[in-house]
Amino acid sequence: MQIEQSEREGVVVLTTSGRFNMVSAPRMKARIDETVAAGNPRIVVDLSGIEFMDSSGLGALIGGLKTARQASGDLRIAAPGEQVVTVLRLTNLDRILRPYASVEEAVNGW
Amino acid sequence: MPSHAQDEAQTDTSPRRLLLLRVVTVLSLLAGTVYLTWRWGWSVNWEHWWIAVPLVLAETYALLDGYLFGITIWRVKRRGAAPPPSPDATVDVLITTYNEPVEMVTATARAALAIEWPHTTYILDDGARPEMRAAAEAIGVGYLTRSDDWDDRPRHAKAGNLNNALLQTYGEFLLILDADQIPKPEILHRTLGWFQDPEMALVQTPQWFSNVSDSDPLGSQAPLFYGPIQQGKDGWNAAFFCGSNAVIRREALMRLGITGYVSAVESAVRSALDASGRILARAARRARKEDADTATAVRKVHEGVRKARADLDAGAPYADVTYRFQQTVREASRSLVDRDLAAIRADLAELGLDHDVGISLDPGSGIPVVRDDVLEELTTRDLSPLSALEEVSRIMRAVDVTRADEAQPVMPVATVSVTEDMATCMQLHAAGWKSAYHHEVLATGLAPEDLGTMLKQRLRWAQGTLQVLLKDNPLTKKGLTAGQRLMYFATMWSYLSGFAALAFLLAPVFYLVFGVLPVHAYGLTFLALFTPYFLLNQLEFLIVGYGVKTWRGHQYSLALFPLWIKACTTAAANVWFGRELGFMVTPKVREGGPHRFPFRLIWPQLLVMVLLVVAVVAGVVQLLTGNNLTVIGVGVNTLWVGYDLLVLSVIIQAGLYRPADHDPSDEQNDEELVS
Repeated sequence: MQIEQSEREGVVVLTTSGRFNMVSAPRMKARIDETVAAGNPRIVVDLSGIEFMDSSGLGALIGGLKTARQASGDLRIAAPGEQVVTVLRLTNLDRILRPYASVEEAVNGW
Repeated sequence: MPSHAQDEAQTDTSPRRLLLLRVVTVLSLLAGTVYLTWRWGWSVNWEHWWIAVPLVLAETYALLDGYLFGITIWRVKRRGAAPPPSPDATVDVLITTYNEPVEMVTATARAALAIEWPHTTYILDDGARPEMRAAAEAIGVGYLTRSDDWDDRPRHAKAGNLNNALLQTYGEFLLILDADQIPKPEILHRTLGWFQDPEMALVQTPQWFSNVSDSDPLGSQAPLFYGPIQQGKDGWNAAFFCGSNAVIRREALMRLGITGYVSAVESAVRSALDASGRILARAARRARKEDADTATAVRKVHEGVRKARADLDAGAPYADVTYRFQQTVREASRSLVDRDLAAIRADLAELGLDHDVGISLDPGSGIPVVRDDVLEELTTRDLSPLSALEEVSRIMRAVDVTRADEAQPVMPVATVSVTEDMATCMQLHAAGWKSAYHHEVLATGLAPEDLGTMLKQRLRWAQGTLQVLLKDNPLTKKGLTAGQRLMYFATMWSYLSGFAALAFLLAPVFYLVFGVLPVHAYGLTFLALFTPYFLLNQLEFLIVGYGVKTWRGHQYSLALFPLWIKACTTAAANVWFGRELGFMVTPKVREGGPHRFPFRLIWPQLLVMVLLVVAVVAGVVQLLTGNNLTVIGVGVNTLWVGYDLLVLSVIIQAGLYRPADHDPSDEQNDEELVS
C-alpha cells in the first residue's frame, strides 16, 4: 500500500493505493496519528486507488477517526471502489462513516 | 510418586459405534420419557409437595439434559486430517500471561519458536513485568503489553490483553496459547488446512494436561468434552472456542470488532441524546432565571439534540451527525465564552487571583476550563453559567464516535463475559462463520494441582458461561442456526445441575429419616419404569466414552453442587444487579503452605455425606422396628444413597490429593476483580 500526502484548503489529503489490509493497517494508523500530531486534525483519506480492503483496514480508519476527533478534527473517506463499498456495507460501518464521492466533496463539506 | 503423563487417551467414534450409540440414545430417551410421564402424571405425592416437586423437577432437568446430550452426540463429526494449507498463510503465535512464572512462559515461548510453520511469536504480558520482557528479548520473541490507552479504563482481563495485541500484530491467523500450553512443532501444519474453507473462522484442538496422574483425582482431563461433545457440536457447526490451543482467522475477529463498534456507537449516541433532553431542560430552566444569554445557548444546544435525533432517524451516518452536533455545541458555547470570560476575569481580579493561572480555554471544545480551587471560589459566588456549560460539555463528549469509555474503539474479542472464548465464538457463529474441532492433541498444558485452585477455575468457567446465557441468550440470539442454539444452550443448561443435585441428595434423607415419600409408593411400577431408563442411560455413557475415563467428570458434575449453585447466584447478581463476580486468575503453580485438609472448601459436601450415612442407619433401624417404611423403599433409597456416596467420595480424594513435589496452600493468589 502506498500513501501520498497533499493539502487542500487546510485539509490534509492522504491518497492511498494498493491493498489496505492487515499488513498495511498498522502503518496507515501510524500515519494518521503522525498527521494529527503535526497539527492537522482534518484529514481526508482518498481510497480511490485501493484495490482491496479488509476489516483490519476498517479498524485503522476507525482508530484514525478517534485520533482526529480527539484533536477536534475529523477524518473522512472519499472515492471508495466497489470492493471497499461492499466491506463498508457488510460490516455496517457505512452507518457510521459516510463515503464521500470525491475528495473535492469531502473537503468542501467542512 | 511424581505425577507422570498419562497417555493422550482419546475416543474415536467409528461409524458402527455411532449407529449403536444412536440406537441406545433413542431407547434411553424413550425410557426416560415414559418414566417421567408416569412421574408427573401418576406418582407425585402432592401431600409432601415441598420435596416431591423439587425431586420431579430435578428428574425433568436430568431428562432434558439427556435430550441435549443426545442431540449433541447424534452428529459426532470425525474430521480426520486437514487438507494441505495454503503455503503463504501467515501466523502470529500469541502467548497470554498475567502472573505465571517467567520460566514457565519462557518454556512455552521456546516451544512456540520451534513450531515448524513460519510464524511470529509474541508474549502478551498483562503483568508488564521487566523480567518477562528481558526473557522475551533473550530468546528473541516479541513482547507486548497494554498501551497507555488502557490506563483508567476497563481492562477486560484476557479479552483485553488479546484485543490490545490484535492491533499491534498482523498475521493472517492467530494461534492462541495459554502460558502453560506447550505446542508441538506440527501444530500449525495440522490445523491451518481447515482454513482452506474461506468461511472457517476457528479451529480448536484439545486441551490435555501433562501433570495429571492416572487416577486424576481433580478431574482435570476432559476426554468426554474434548471428544464426543466437541465432535458432536462440530457436527452442528458449533465447535466451541476454549481460549487456548486454537487457531483463529484474524479477519473473522476483526469483522466482529467492526460490527461491534458500529452497534456500540449507535447505542451510546442514541442513549446520550435521549438522556440529554432532560438534562438540557433542567439547565435551561436554571439559566433562564439567572442569565438570558446562557439560556439562549442552552436552547441552541437543545435544538442541536433534536436535529441530531431527527437526522439519525432519517438514516444519516453517525459520524456526520455527531460532528455537526459538536459544531453546534462549540458555536453555542463560544458565544458565551467571551462574555463570561470577561466577567470571570473581573471577578478573579476582585478576589485577587491571577486570571492567567486559574482559567483557560479548552482548545478542543472551546469551553473554559477552570482550575478546581478557582472554580470553588466562583461557584460559591454563584456564577452559574459555567455549570450549565459543564453539563453541555458532558453531553458533547458522549455524542461522539470515539467510544471514549473504552481503551480501543474496536474490541474484536468479546468482553461481555469472563469466559471471553465462549462469548466470542457465539458471536462468530451468529455472524455466519464456521468453526472446527480438530481431534488431535497438539499442545499439552498444566492442570491445577490442588483443590482450591481447581475450584476457582471451575467457578470461573461456570460464572462466565452463565453470564453469556443471561446477557446474550443463545436461544434468542439473531443469526444462530437451531442446532447452534441448542449446542450453546446444552452447555449452559449443564451448569444448572447444582439445584437438581440438591434434590437428588436430600430426597432419600427425608424418606429414610422421616418417612416422607416424594412418590406415592416405591413399588414395582417404579422399579419397572426406572430400571430400564437408568441402565440404558449408563449404557449410553459406556458407549460414548469407550476407551476413556468419563467417571471423574460424572462425579464432579454432582459433587461440585455447591460451586454450581454459587456460580448461578453470583452470575445472576452480576448481570442483574451489577455486583462483582470476584473472579480470580487461576494460578498455574501452587505456593508453599501447610499441609491441611481443606474442610473450609468442601464442608457442604462432607455435611451431606454425613447426613446420607445417618439416614441409612435411621432407615434400617425403622424398618427393623417395623413402622411406616417398606422394604422396597428402604432398599431403593439405600442403593440411591450408596450411589450418591460413591459419587461424592471424589471430593475427599481430591482434598487428600498432594502432588509429590510441593505442599499446597489455600489461597495466596493475585486476584483480579472483573465485573
